Amino acid sequence: MALVRKQLRHLVQARSGDKGNTVNIAVFAPSAEVYAVLLREVTAERVKGHFQSMVNGEVKRYVLPGLHAMNFVCKEALGGGGSATLRMDNLGKCYAANLMRLEIEIDDTILVSAKS
Amino acid sequence: MRTIRIGAGQGFYGDSIIPAIETARNGNVDYLCFDSLAELTLAILQKDRQRDPARGYASDISSTMRELLPLVKAKGLKLITNAGGMNPLGALRETERVAHELGGLQGLKIAVVTGDDVLPKLTSFTAEGVSLAHMEDGRDFAAVQNRISFANAYLGAEPIVEALRQGADIVITGRVSDSALFLAPLIHEFGWHVEQDWELLAQGVLMGHLMECSGQVSGGNFSGDWQSVESLENIGFPIAEVREDGEFVMTKAEGTGGLVSVATVKEQLLYEIHDPSSYMTPDVVLDLTNVQLQDIGPNRVSVTGASGAARPETFKVVMGYADGWLGQAIWGYSWPDAVAKAKEADRIIRKQIEALGLHYEEIRTDYMGLNSLHGSVLAQPPAEELNEVYLRIAVRTNNRDAAAKLGRLVPPLMLSGPPAMGAFLGVMKPRELLGMWSCLVPREIIERSIRVTVTEVV
Repeated sequence: MALVRKQLRHLVQARSGDKGNTVNIAVFAPSAEVYAVLLREVTAERVKGHFQSMVNGEVKRYVLPGLHAMNFVCKEALGGGGSATLRMDNLGKCYAANLMRLEIEIDDTILVSAKS
Repeated sequence: MRTIRIGAGQGFYGDSIIPAIETARNGNVDYLCFDSLAELTLAILQKDRQRDPARGYASDISSTMRELLPLVKAKGLKLITNAGGMNPLGALRETERVAHELGGLQGLKIAVVTGDDVLPKLTSFTAEGVSLAHMEDGRDFAAVQNRISFANAYLGAEPIVEALRQGADIVITGRVSDSALFLAPLIHEFGWHVEQDWELLAQGVLMGHLMECSGQVSGGNFSGDWQSVESLENIGFPIAEVREDGEFVMTKAEGTGGLVSVATVKEQLLYEIHDPSSYMTPDVVLDLTNVQLQDIGPNRVSVTGASGAARPETFKVVMGYADGWLGQAIWGYSWPDAVAKAKEADRIIRKQIEALGLHYEEIRTDYMGLNSLHGSVLAQPPAEELNEVYLRIAVRTNNRDAAAKLGRLVPPLMLSGPPAMGAFLGVMKPRELLGMWSCLVPREIIERSIRVTVTEVV
């Protein structure tokens, strides 16, 4: 057993969408073990830090343990919102993909149950 | 126990009609519900109505009705759509026109719901003491009052239920909450109580939420094992089999492509949701935190466990206001040093903007292929060896002419800028930007104006 660094892309599913100037990113772990690691590693603060150049408002995390899911709600994240922004990803659909770059520390024995 | 089969016909204005036809023909559905309105759609339709007062509805309603009205008649299914957009009565007239053109549809009942358009009433709202302050940041409405171009309330399922009660085969609405389109048939068929059966309504709204984005729950935009999803070119839109007790199964028509699995359903479950324990709709406040999903067969997922709390005493109203102009230009540079060339071009343009005294509130540069979707988050991929990079410069300004001037700075770079510039896409016309204003208005004030009218094809 050893801690290894892994990008979220190898561990989870995620989808993002917009509402006004807010983006939500839902993240789903494939198992309870991976979910426990996500709860520890992928905090609202880390997500806010990851997107510091893109999200001007607060980031809030909601959890749904039954689905091994967490939902990040990022305020002031679209430069004004879909029809008012200069950004190319004006509907925030690429936010989830972007978060997949985040690296977390995970026990290598848990990886067996993960996505790939 | 009785079961109603509901199909999703569309996820936005411009979506493919083919899966809806497939569902109508082979999906054995009782209802087919079309969500034509994304948050931005009313802004587009409002521009149409300004140009021509007869327009302002989702214009693909013509082709939709042409394809589906004969199936409505032959199969006895019902259509519900919010394609009325900014002009539900115009959409009704267009549907009647198509029905006459097709012929043989006498007796078909078409209902129209109005009352969501509250633009003419904003002053009276203020007079009644409704603040209209922005619901997210509390901004004062006075800041945008003179620039409002449309204002619509998200109505709930009740007027659609009323239309069905009056025997409508087709229901056309303007802005209603997306999930209301799908919930209404359940209330009508099962006799659920709109101010009481919060658990049942919660399951119904959850079903609607899963269905409203069409292919996004049946294998589209899927971040999981997307390579293994088969035949997206022939994707089947979702069908929900809903029991009288609210439990439902998500599936799709036999023989279609795509995938309905726990993995695809859960991605849609939280799509555009904020607090999962309190998703506000006009019909119920939905709590998703105990939802359970189960694969019960190929392309069959059972959904249980939504719970609900009493609906809010307010309706959400969304308005659009003029928010300046976007000017933009896009062009490319070739290897070697494509990124360095693009950065130099950006520097030149910004210097010229300054020298010309053009005042932009915001100037944005994107290097397409490098950071235009992901911004400057984390380390950039190695930029040096990119074969090409496209540079996009966009500006925001209150002055249309100033927006247009940006594009004129670009063509000279072909001869007088960094080497190997290609693919100049022309000077793009300035586009008007629209701000969105969301606020809450007491339910009873909105409800006074809601009307349901049923007409018969003669």
